[in-house]
Amino acid sequence: MNAFAPSRRGLLATAAGFGLSLQLLAVPAMAADSALNRKKVIVVICRGGMDGLSVAPPIGDSEYHGLRGGLAVEGALPLDGAFALHPQLTAVHALAKAGEARIAPAVATPDRARSHFEAQDVLESGAAGVYSTTSGWLNRAVETLSAHRKVDAMSVGATAPLILRGKVQTASWSPGRAVDAEARLPTLLQDLYRNDPLLGPALARGLETETMAKVATADLDGGGAMMNVSTGGKGGGFKAGAAPGPGAQQGRDAAKKLGESLAGFMREPGGPTVAAISLDGFDSHAGQAGLLNGRLAYLDAVLDGVHQGLGPEWKNTVVLVATEFGRTARANGTGGTDHGTGSTALLLGGALKPGGIVGDWPTLKQNALFENRDVAPTLDMRGLFKGVLADHMGVDKAALDATVFPNSATARPVANLV
Amino acid sequence: MALANQDLMAAIAVTRFGLGAKPGELAAARSDPQGFLKTQIRRTGADQPPGQPASTAQRMAEFRDFRKERREERLEKAADTRPASSATGADPAMMDAARPNRREAADPVKQIGNVLRKDIAADFGARVELAATTDAAFRERWALFWANHFTVSATKPIAGTVVGPFEAEAIRPHVFGRFGDLLDAVETHPAMLTYLDQIQSVGPDSPAAEFVKNGRGRGRGAGLFGGQLQQTAQRTPGLNENLAREIMELHTVGVNGGYTQADVTEFARAMTGLSIGAERDGAYGTAVFREQAHEPGVRTVMKVRYDGDGRRQTAQILADLAAKPQTAQFVCGKIARHFVADDPPPALVARLTDAWMRSGGDLTVVAETLVSAPEAWDPVPGKFKTPYEFIVSSFRAAGAQPVGFQQLGPILTSLGQKPFSAPSPKGWAEDAQSWAAPDAIVKRMQFAQTFSQNVVRDRDPKQLAADALGERLTPDTAKAIARAESRPEGFALLLMSPEFQRR
Repeated sequence: MNAFAPSRRGLLATAAGFGLSLQLLAVPAMAADSALNRKKVIVVICRGGMDGLSVAPPIGDSEYHGLRGGLAVEGALPLDGAFALHPQLTAVHALAKAGEARIAPAVATPDRARSHFEAQDVLESGAAGVYSTTSGWLNRAVETLSAHRKVDAMSVGATAPLILRGKVQTASWSPGRAVDAEARLPTLLQDLYRNDPLLGPALARGLETETMAKVATADLDGGGAMMNVSTGGKGGGFKAGAAPGPGAQQGRDAAKKLGESLAGFMREPGGPTVAAISLDGFDSHAGQAGLLNGRLAYLDAVLDGVHQGLGPEWKNTVVLVATEFGRTARANGTGGTDHGTGSTALLLGGALKPGGIVGDWPTLKQNALFENRDVAPTLDMRGLFKGVLADHMGVDKAALDATVFPNSATARPVANLV
Repeated sequence: MALANQDLMAAIAVTRFGLGAKPGELAAARSDPQGFLKTQIRRTGADQPPGQPASTAQRMAEFRDFRKERREERLEKAADTRPASSATGADPAMMDAARPNRREAADPVKQIGNVLRKDIAADFGARVELAATTDAAFRERWALFWANHFTVSATKPIAGTVVGPFEAEAIRPHVFGRFGDLLDAVETHPAMLTYLDQIQSVGPDSPAAEFVKNGRGRGRGAGLFGGQLQQTAQRTPGLNENLAREIMELHTVGVNGGYTQADVTEFARAMTGLSIGAERDGAYGTAVFREQAHEPGVRTVMKVRYDGDGRRQTAQILADLAAKPQTAQFVCGKIARHFVADDPPPALVARLTDAWMRSGGDLTVVAETLVSAPEAWDPVPGKFKTPYEFIVSSFRAAGAQPVGFQQLGPILTSLGQKPFSAPSPKGWAEDAQSWAAPDAIVKRMQFAQTFSQNVVRDRDPKQLAADALGERLTPDTAKAIARAESRPEGFALLLMSPEFQRR
């Protein structure tokens, strides 16, 4: 974006300084409405290597209990004879029963190094290997779409996740107190940043989002309550206190509110239609059962909030939940599991076609495990993302193969998801 | 590369290498900017934060009591009403005022939780106080670099209680010594052993594991592992490879350092037995080696064989990792990225790596090489401040210091850098792209507004700007400050100026 041009964003940011409302400026600037303009996609990144065998326990697999022993999930919520969902995933389960949530139980990125940081980079950059690009695939998807229609993207959290970094200036938001609309400082800083390629666009975008936040979060009970949600670090993850236990309900409520706030932005006219949010803390080397109880309850509440908050827009939405890698099929010696390969992705949304599992289940037989250790991936994660971007968001297939996911022609888009 | 003039070099010295200028600091650095930094390097290590620090062992004992009390309380409650669920580790640092008071002050769980929370807040507050006031800010930045390189994070509740003691005991004394000694102190420290799950890792064929497998260990056997296994005595003890992997990937050779999954597993086997002491041997919260939990036999890690002396295997492997050229290359790349630019000049990395290898990883030599390197003095600032750096440098610019953790915690959390809570063992991000998100800039602006109103009062923001940035102050910013309608507005413009946000 040209920092000098009197763009809509510039006007909005100026408007924010004078306390004007967003809609006055945003509505005339919007492109003509069409079905495609309303399509929304949300990517939820679960950092730390989320254990797929706990998210969606393969209860029909005869090896599951033997491999997991005491870590086999008790009281899972059945989907069919073969798979169930973790008991904390009650909202996801209800959606699955309504045909609005599916699991992909054996997905992986192309990375096999079992390093959190390398695998997260590959997951978010969309590259075939590590260090080959410094922008995120979701940003490049927005860039591609922007040639045809206005598409805005937003990340939730204080820091910018790699998945949304790139050429397109995206919004970011985290809970906090409102900007003082009377203060001169925002306008003065806009002027001071006019030649600053980093701070200029970022501040303009931030002020625009703040203006929108006043409307988007108005229905929630008071902005002050949002302050209790804590932000994480890299990738802006949010962390719930360990749950269940005292405080667990508070954590769940905060998580649900966070999901509702995100949904609030996405329901705004001219609001983002592409969003990313990340949750930390899934690295379960020890004490896995209790740790995942807390994390999955938090995830479920965020997703519940998104679903409830989107209301009539849910039917236009697909939510993808993914992690950098799965964990070892066997329990380790310390009540947890170590870094593995294949994991479970979740797909949710009113736009989703009902169906069974996405991709094949390789089974947990010893000779089926990847390197005699991990769930063997049967589906390239990029194929999952590409299927949603192509059929739901209308991203050009050639661009998906070449620029959004470079050199990914072999990772075919999963068809018929929407 | 032509070196900048003396005034500009002084400004670079105190902002890029230090933690931002205090009033008067630029003048102190002016006559010899490089010498100003070099005199801060000292073999005895970094400064210790003010106050009376607790030891790691004391903190761990406190946390143990907290858990014990809480377990008892839960059992009582379970007896009273319906069964309570099996929670693990509620975070004392998270139990803030937002939580409704369940009971009165007599509640022992709440009491110990409060003490721990205050301890953690005091540790962090002392560290910020040191950073905000020290005359040797390069020395402190150097220590902070290593604390982040060897992250222990409060994202694991028990680890949060010992981040402060860990930095004091394992990091600060060694940051200008040999890297190998720093590495050894860090990886065998109870805080790191706890944070990266080493304490429960047991050799699958060790006497201790055999004991449990044979069914003799139920109940009684738990004591063999210093009580670590008490809650989970049902399972077969075995390996946990978390620490082994992160030592290689994050602390030494790096992810492209040439190791395999087999090397990770072998290293994990070698480290079995390394744990923390039990209550009954009076060594709770200190590092111990338990021969009976050690995986017997010869280990091969990165093509080197380590003989069967279990007690020495870990130290030998760590020493070999510390000496590898991949380690020098990886860590020097990080030093250059931290101090100079997100994408640092290769010549600088090569210069540091060379100094590292020639000196056997002598961090005094590496620090001196960094200060002398012409590539490190590019007049264009290559780094965007992290929230911690921004807050600390704001206090320094104001000549102020935080009066309480209450001021700091919420601010840093809202800026994405919750105290002592790096999101992963990789530590905090260092790059502009991570920290300059739109929301983050808005929140920095909000901090600058509030902070300026509280600290400036009758002081001249033009003078504060000259004191804080010296030759780095641009005409645009100077003009904006001069035109400000109030002193706080002028100071807020200084803090948010492009050149103050960078270093």
